[in-house]
Amino acid sequence: MSAVTIGSAADHRLPLHRRRKLVNAVALTLSLAAMAFGLFWLLWILWETLRLGVRGLSLQVFTESTPPPNTPGGGLANAIVGSLTMVSLATALATPIGVLAGVYLAEYGQRSWLAAVTRFINDILLSAPSIVIGLFVYAAVVARAKSFSGWAGVLALALIVIPVVVRTTENMLQLIPGSLREAAYALGTPKWRVIISITLRAARAGVVTGVLLALARISGETAPLLFTALSNQFFSMDLAAPMASLPQTIFAFAMSPFQNWQELAWAGVFLITIGVLLLNILARVLFRKRD
Amino acid sequence: MAATVESATTREEHGAMTGSAPPGRRMSHFGDFLFATLARSSAAVTLIVLIGILASLTVEAWPAIAHSGLSFLWTAQWDPVQEHFGGLVMIYGTLVTSLIALVIAVPVSFGIALFLTELSPRWLKRPLGTAIELLAAVPSIVYGMFGLLVFGPLFARFFQLPLQRLFGDVPGLGTLFQGPPVGIGLLAAGIILAIMVIPFIAAVMRDVFEVTPSMLKESAYGLGATTWEVVWTVVLPYTKAGVVGGVMLGLGRALGETMAVTFVIGNFNQLSSLSLFAPGNSITSALANEFGEAAPGLHQASLMYLGLILFLITFIVLALSKLMLLQLRRGEGRRT
Repeated sequence: MSAVTIGSAADHRLPLHRRRKLVNAVALTLSLAAMAFGLFWLLWILWETLRLGVRGLSLQVFTESTPPPNTPGGGLANAIVGSLTMVSLATALATPIGVLAGVYLAEYGQRSWLAAVTRFINDILLSAPSIVIGLFVYAAVVARAKSFSGWAGVLALALIVIPVVVRTTENMLQLIPGSLREAAYALGTPKWRVIISITLRAARAGVVTGVLLALARISGETAPLLFTALSNQFFSMDLAAPMASLPQTIFAFAMSPFQNWQELAWAGVFLITIGVLLLNILARVLFRKRD
Repeated sequence: MAATVESATTREEHGAMTGSAPPGRRMSHFGDFLFATLARSSAAVTLIVLIGILASLTVEAWPAIAHSGLSFLWTAQWDPVQEHFGGLVMIYGTLVTSLIALVIAVPVSFGIALFLTELSPRWLKRPLGTAIELLAAVPSIVYGMFGLLVFGPLFARFFQLPLQRLFGDVPGLGTLFQGPPVGIGLLAAGIILAIMVIPFIAAVMRDVFEVTPSMLKESAYGLGATTWEVVWTVVLPYTKAGVVGGVMLGLGRALGETMAVTFVIGNFNQLSSLSLFAPGNSITSALANEFGEAAPGLHQASLMYLGLILFLITFIVLALSKLMLLQLRRGEGRRT
């Protein structure tokens, strides 16, 4: 930057130079505008979510189940509990698999073809359409069992968590210096103990960050639940039966003509947005402490 | 035996490895084997999922594939009652909305990445970067509801109406802006998608811009280049592959996005005009709306066929994106 200012002092009257400076100013202004554009949408969405969400919020939202059509009142209790159950089970199911696969990529496979292929496919699954995961679980589980179930929803969400955890675990393990591993090996420690008590422990904050980000991602996922967990109008903890979830309830209620359904949908949107953003910020704070 | 093993493990935990007893060592060999197997099979889960997705979608879609073959791709009629199924409307909707999204998102993301790497004061870099990343964290259903109930009405009044008044009568261009300006349709869906993919593209662009060696940039600055010239003639050519990879990543996201599109695209299964204001349908929103109620048989199989097409398109796009990004990293290795 400073080099530019020094150069400009000498020959500011040349037309070419003036044009270059003009182009530069226009480009940088546009860049500033792009940044403002991005921030504008974030703030607008957050503001509307807050404004409309708080309006729909009440104690009933947490204590009562979703109302049938044309009935005033009601809440989101069954959807909140359903979402929490499925999201936490999915995370619990997928985290060990994701961490182990990440360990394989960073500590065992490294440059082997299996690791290379896994890495490639994992990165694709990371961004693959989540609705396709829903179709897959429908075909593999729901169609076979002939019923929608909470478990199918858990499985679909778990399949979305795995790639996220694999990617972050591998990245975090690669940051651990090799000398740390070598020091442990030199003491005669077997490889699995080195991984569990040295490398994974050193990379703990990063791995937890990955899990939190994955948790945040599936908390708002709707598409994979549409034809796996379906929905349930009643309070249910039975994972073998269809289960309500917050995003699915929002989807159904937002499009409805009933005033109280729409208000509940906004309350749900508010809860999800706040939850997801808090998880994201928590993940960042946790990770920054380590740097 | 159990006692020895246990004492061996406790000793290991204390870090005193000098006197590791043979049973302990045997156990750790077994532990090594077990752990390596577990890790390898977990990695294999990824491959199994991919094969499972392809296999199960193909099997479920088979009745539709056998019935209409590849002509499914260019048949526009979608009539569940008469059992006529063609995917053109949805494929068209998916491609058009993603294209609109890219046209808006790529320049904006470039601007954001430029701002974050070259213009922003150091203390603002982190908070602004985080803010853009948070835009990616907002769940798509929130975008959907926002798009339908907040953005849509304003969009119709302050954007679609003026645009129609300006260009509605221009031959050629006017056809793009025909139809009632109701605030939902292909264009609205494309704009909401653009906002959703901006953070993904911007994050990749920022990361690859930062990879550019400062030596190169400083040389250009030293020759008197302006900030814009440095970015346009030094940084961008150097990071070309990475930038294209980021755009492809955004495209992959846009193609597969479901909820936000479903809310604002209008869910209309006919291709009546080329207008961007017209309601349409995308593969994802057709699946979201119809799959739950589709009767087993040709209708469901056709929807599965659409899902398979979507997966194949996104797979190719994302694979290309990954290859582009890998290429950049390989070039980087050669340089140092």
